[in-house]
Amino acid sequence: MASFKPTKIPIYPKLGEKVTQDTVYWKNYKAPVQIKEFGAVTNIHFSPVAPHNYAVTAFTRIHIYGPFSQEPVKSFTRFKDTAYCGRYRSDGQLLVAGCEDSVVRLFDVSGKVALRMFKGHTKAVHVTDFTSERYHIFTGSDDYTCRLWDIPNATELNTYQEHTDYIRCGVTSKLNRDLFITGSYDHTLKLFDARVDKSVITMDHGQPVESVLLYPSEGLVVSAGGRYVKVWDLLKGGQPLVSLKNHHKTVTSLCLSSNGQRLLSASLDRHVKVYNTTNFRVVHNFDYAASVLSLALAPDDESIIVGMTNGVLSIKHRKSPEESKEVSHQQRRRPSYRVFVKGKNYMPKQDDYLVSKPVREYLTKYDKHLKKFNISKALDSALKPEVTVAVIKELDRRGTLKNALAGRDEKALSELLHFITKNMVDFRFAPVLVPAANMILDIYRSVIGQSPVVDRQLLYLQDLLQKEINYQQELLDVLGMLDTLFASSVPRKELLSQPHSDSFMLFVYFKFKTKNSKEIKKKGERNI
Amino acid sequence: MVEHGDIRVVHRGGIARYCRFLCERGIFCCCRFLLCGSGYEVKVFSTSTEECIHDLRAHTDLVTGVLLRPSNHLQAYSCSTDGTVRLWDYTDVCNRLMFAMMCVFAEFQLVAVHLPQSGDQLVEAREFSAVLSDVSSNPAATSFGRGGEYIASAKGLQLEVYFFKKQKPYRFFLKEDNKKGGKNTFTCLACHPKDDCIATGHEDGKIRLWRNFNHKKEYTYTTLHWHHSAVSSLCFTPEGTNLLSGGIESVLVQWRYNQESQRDFLPRLGAAITHIAVSPDGALFCTSHSDNKITIIRSSIQVSAVIQGLVKGDSVRTDLMVDPRSKALVLNGKPGHLQFYSLQRDKLLYNLDIVQQEYIHQSGLEQFEVVKAAFDAYGNWLATVEERKQKPTELELNLKLWAFDEQTQSFMLNTTISAPHEARITAMCFCHSTDSQTTVLVSVSKDGHFKAWQLAPATHTEGPSWSCDFVGAYHSLVPECCCFSADGSLLAVSFQEVVTVWSPASWELLTTLSQPPGAIRNLCFGQLTCSKYLLGTTDKNLLCCWNLLTCSLEWSTSMDVSLLLSDPFSENMAAFCCQAGCTDLFVFKPSEPRPLFSHKAVCLGKVTRAVFAPREKMLESCEETSQWLNHSQLYFVTQYMVNTQHNELVISDSVAMTPFSVLLGKRSQQEGQEAASSLLAERTQLPQGSAAVRELLQTPAHVLPSTSFLCSMFVESLLISKQIKRKEKKAAQYTTTSLWLNNTLCPKLSRQKPSLYCPTPILHD
Repeated sequence: MASFKPTKIPIYPKLGEKVTQDTVYWKNYKAPVQIKEFGAVTNIHFSPVAPHNYAVTAFTRIHIYGPFSQEPVKSFTRFKDTAYCGRYRSDGQLLVAGCEDSVVRLFDVSGKVALRMFKGHTKAVHVTDFTSERYHIFTGSDDYTCRLWDIPNATELNTYQEHTDYIRCGVTSKLNRDLFITGSYDHTLKLFDARVDKSVITMDHGQPVESVLLYPSEGLVVSAGGRYVKVWDLLKGGQPLVSLKNHHKTVTSLCLSSNGQRLLSASLDRHVKVYNTTNFRVVHNFDYAASVLSLALAPDDESIIVGMTNGVLSIKHRKSPEESKEVSHQQRRRPSYRVFVKGKNYMPKQDDYLVSKPVREYLTKYDKHLKKFNISKALDSALKPEVTVAVIKELDRRGTLKNALAGRDEKALSELLHFITKNMVDFRFAPVLVPAANMILDIYRSVIGQSPVVDRQLLYLQDLLQKEINYQQELLDVLGMLDTLFASSVPRKELLSQPHSDSFMLFVYFKFKTKNSKEIKKKGERNI
Repeated sequence: MVEHGDIRVVHRGGIARYCRFLCERGIFCCCRFLLCGSGYEVKVFSTSTEECIHDLRAHTDLVTGVLLRPSNHLQAYSCSTDGTVRLWDYTDVCNRLMFAMMCVFAEFQLVAVHLPQSGDQLVEAREFSAVLSDVSSNPAATSFGRGGEYIASAKGLQLEVYFFKKQKPYRFFLKEDNKKGGKNTFTCLACHPKDDCIATGHEDGKIRLWRNFNHKKEYTYTTLHWHHSAVSSLCFTPEGTNLLSGGIESVLVQWRYNQESQRDFLPRLGAAITHIAVSPDGALFCTSHSDNKITIIRSSIQVSAVIQGLVKGDSVRTDLMVDPRSKALVLNGKPGHLQFYSLQRDKLLYNLDIVQQEYIHQSGLEQFEVVKAAFDAYGNWLATVEERKQKPTELELNLKLWAFDEQTQSFMLNTTISAPHEARITAMCFCHSTDSQTTVLVSVSKDGHFKAWQLAPATHTEGPSWSCDFVGAYHSLVPECCCFSADGSLLAVSFQEVVTVWSPASWELLTTLSQPPGAIRNLCFGQLTCSKYLLGTTDKNLLCCWNLLTCSLEWSTSMDVSLLLSDPFSENMAAFCCQAGCTDLFVFKPSEPRPLFSHKAVCLGKVTRAVFAPREKMLESCEETSQWLNHSQLYFVTQYMVNTQHNELVISDSVAMTPFSVLLGKRSQQEGQEAASSLLAERTQLPQGSAAVRELLQTPAHVLPSTSFLCSMFVESLLISKQIKRKEKKAAQYTTTSLWLNNTLCPKLSRQKPSLYCPTPILHD
């Protein structure tokens, strides 16, 4: 006697992105922690030394957060106006920040009051940074100048007046004490050398530059401005290498992953995109609720921190390895280990006669019902959409689908209709659910109008179908247009390898009985 | 060492072997043996080992019934459509008695035959007395009751009971239809062994228990209902405590007598139950099924053994194929399965479940069917196509790819592609190249496309799986067949009248060939040295051969080829031509349009499927006409056989020579001549006497039969007789004439083969 063969649940292709190593890596973060700041978060900077606190510049304050705290461990509030660009020194002891009131302030991380005030700029200072030998500060301002300051004396060392518009970004070299790069709204990037009095290299970005990033090797520089992210080769004298256009609004912030293999860009279009730095393809994409202004990655990619225009700071921590494994196994408490090994660790002695017990197979609830030919119960006990569709398919194969759908009361019928309206437009399920919906209409035609709940759902179903038909018609139009385009440009072979799922979908819908679809039907069949 | 024999056609797996095997009632003999009629013979099986112990062979037509002799349980009667009833001692294979009944009944009557007591082997029974006239032809509808007091028989809507003492029949009628529209027609009946009770099965699945039927008016019946369609067999256990019933649901139902609400079930027996039998002591039941199977069941309702022949399906929809690994013949088996049938051992190896769904036994239900299957060159991959529903809009198609698993030694499902095409798949083939790294499968469908499927490399989460590599079409014509060249560098796809040749490496259309008018029916590349030729047949009676080096037609000939296939082990091609209800076979090489071998009227009807199966050991025949069979054997199925039974035909030349076969073969030949059935003569031509002598002298003594047995023949073989020449002439004459006579005899001969190969079983017997 053969055993009962359980219903096969087909594995449907997952819609959307393909699972790659990158998606696995970048998806391995916990749900974000959201912290509300007082204003738009313009800058986030990590301390280079452990425990890697980070400074968040928002409105008139700079908050310092610890790696796991949700409350600021410290805050600097002595700004007269909006603060900009709070950055740590390489030893993590000092912090510098510009301000709307043109004064640059230097703080001790443990103190509260500014250690030094650098006055000289005439307009708001948006860029500040320490040079690599730690005793100088570089600043860039809206008065089109950038300056170098000496920390101990609080004196200005040099002024560069080469830009012709606001300087909104800049970065100093980590390897050379004299080099720094600025980006300006005059569309240019300039590399300055403190040993000479003017810029060494000028690169034309083509859009107002919003962010600049140096590679750890400092051979390449990345700039963001407008919708473009551009990569330049400094060793070749500022030759453009790549131009990326993956955002549809201004790119505001750039950041490299800890191993330097991935580049992240944040934009006002509320996306953060991850690029592979070898081929500069987008490998992953994060969505956020508001336009992203600033972005930072913790060392070892332990967390992704994003600041947005609505003042929300979103922090995503990486899942610990145990956590990422035990995602699905925690739902049910299992019987203890003792239950399973009971009697199984008994070693048979030499003369013992072994009686083998057949392994009992467990059937799911719907399979148990199907085995007993309780078809309606089987349909009701299937829960997930894939399972329900598989059970409907199985009932159709057994020729008993009509019986299983019939004889339902208002509640059961509305549940069924709810399921069908929810899943019918999914093209994976449509071939099974459309005949089932047809059958329901046939069976319950006589009772239409008796129950307001069911009627509402039927109207909704009709609505849904009308929408879907319109949608498909539009798609067909587009397809026709594309066909003419392709036919003129691409050799015939390519045309043949187009996917046929769309036309298949259409076919399924045209089969469905609707009053208004006659016209479309003709059109559709011609196109198919 | 090889004899140059004639080429002949042998039926296999058919009438003589397993097909009819269970169509008759199996009966039990004292729990250890099971007898059943199988084609022209009665087989005795052991109930514990499932082995066939004896073949009781004497009938010359289909055996219709087997019955134990009540007075002696070591003897059994068998009856056959050849008009004889035979009595067997089934333990020592002895045909004791034969009653010849020479009368022909116009319609079925139940007659009582008085068996004359005599010592002769052949007895002609002349005394008949008709008991009941106009009985059902189904033996399940007639039964003796209560130690032979009465006999009950049912036909249509009438139940007739005849009491032997009173010499009086009682007739009971049922109405045509009851209220719900169920049919009341009787299908079978069984009489209670101890009680006055008759159980009848009906068309609508009801079972009625009749009592008090020795009164014309006051009879009663109770109705039991579980089966949803017709009850095909009923049987009481010897003590009468239980009633067994079965039908198309393939569920054995055990009803307690007098407590009918208590039932036991044995579900999922595999196929519709045709007969039920119970052993005399009631310890074992046996059910025979429509798919050529007997299940032996213990009285505790547990299956204890299964005897399975070549599975009889509705039709062979897949091609005949040979599994490159096991060299087994592969074709449709149980519904939704592929069966692997070993040709060498003539035994079913296993059934591979393709559909993997619970089979619902219900008539009129559309089931998934395996319609196409293909193996790759090494047998590592198996591709199957299953489809359901006849309407083209609701067609459900699944393409499944199975990988051979070394550990379990069977095929494991690797990839399922649902709806690979939008319409029915008409052809499918693997790339045969032996050196390439990737395996390519091409499927051709009525939706106007052909698709190439390729094994994608393993990803980090899952193993390798198949995906679509290329979709091809040609001027929106419908493709029909496809074929890969021997080295896998070319793919030919026929689009109605046009043959397109593609390169699988780049999927470029290389060239098109056509020979209008007439759509292409078959397409085949030449093998080995003839691999530059592409052969095609059209439905306008044309066989064309193109040379692919020049892209031009090499030769063509006008013949109505129904099937063309190439032998993968040699250059030869076989073409079956259907003419006037008969099929002719031509074997040729593509390089020359002259047939190597032709055989007129190989069989009746159209040949639908054929395959070349490799030989285990290569023959070294040098005769031109039989040389093409050196590497392989040709198996084919005709349309009539598909509808009625699974017959395969093999063309093989005669048995390999051993000293034993030289001697015994000769002996049987001589006997055959004596018995005036000189058809046997064609089987073996006598080799030169000196060769036989040499062979005899060189063979070790322990493998030879006793000297006394050999002596006379040995001496005779030394004589140069004139008879041999005459005999040869005769043999030649017979090969050209009636083949059907031939067919009936050949199975018998081929069955002698094993005993010729190894002498030990004979000695044991």
